[in-house]
Amino acid sequence: MVHPDQVKAAISLAMPDAQVEVEDLTGGGDHLQVTVISAAFDGLTRVKQHQLVYGALRQELASEAIHALALQTSSPA
Amino acid sequence: MDATTRQRIEELLATSPIFVFMKGNKLMPQCGFSNNVVQILHSVGVPFETFDVLSDAEIRQGIKTFSDWPTIPQVYVKGEFIGGSDILIEMYNSGELREKLEVALAS
Repeated sequence: MVHPDQVKAAISLAMPDAQVEVEDLTGGGDHLQVTVISAAFDGLTRVKQHQLVYGALRQELASEAIHALALQTSSPA
Repeated sequence: MDATTRQRIEELLATSPIFVFMKGNKLMPQCGFSNNVVQILHSVGVPFETFDVLSDAEIRQGIKTFSDWPTIPQVYVKGEFIGGSDILIEMYNSGELREKLEVALAS
């Protein structure tokens, strides 16, 4: 499992401008709801937007420390 | 991913315009996210084929490299990766999914 703050820190490191919210859905640290708002998403498809975030969390996902990640991405209005 | 695995994935994708790599099958999804995708596609009412990644470790890892996407399920339309559960839900709610699938099936 990972702490939601670690996830937030990993995304913020990769995407310094992003507004990141991480919610632990079960309290177990492996089912997370993540919302990311960043200008880096401008003009990208949803797949590419999510790939940016997954890239920041590569290690946690590969080790299956995060089992389930519900992800919502958008650019600032 | 070795060439054989890549070729098997491409052959699977060629079997149906709408294809899902998932955990379990249409009748018995083994994960809530895979179940979401199946229910959405049923609701749109389109034909689709699935592959159970739990039955095959090579494909289970290979498909993540193939799409540069770390999670299952993965939905493909005409061989193109369009997203996992979250993206499918968003596209379904906006009406974009129905449109995309109808175009894919008509062409």
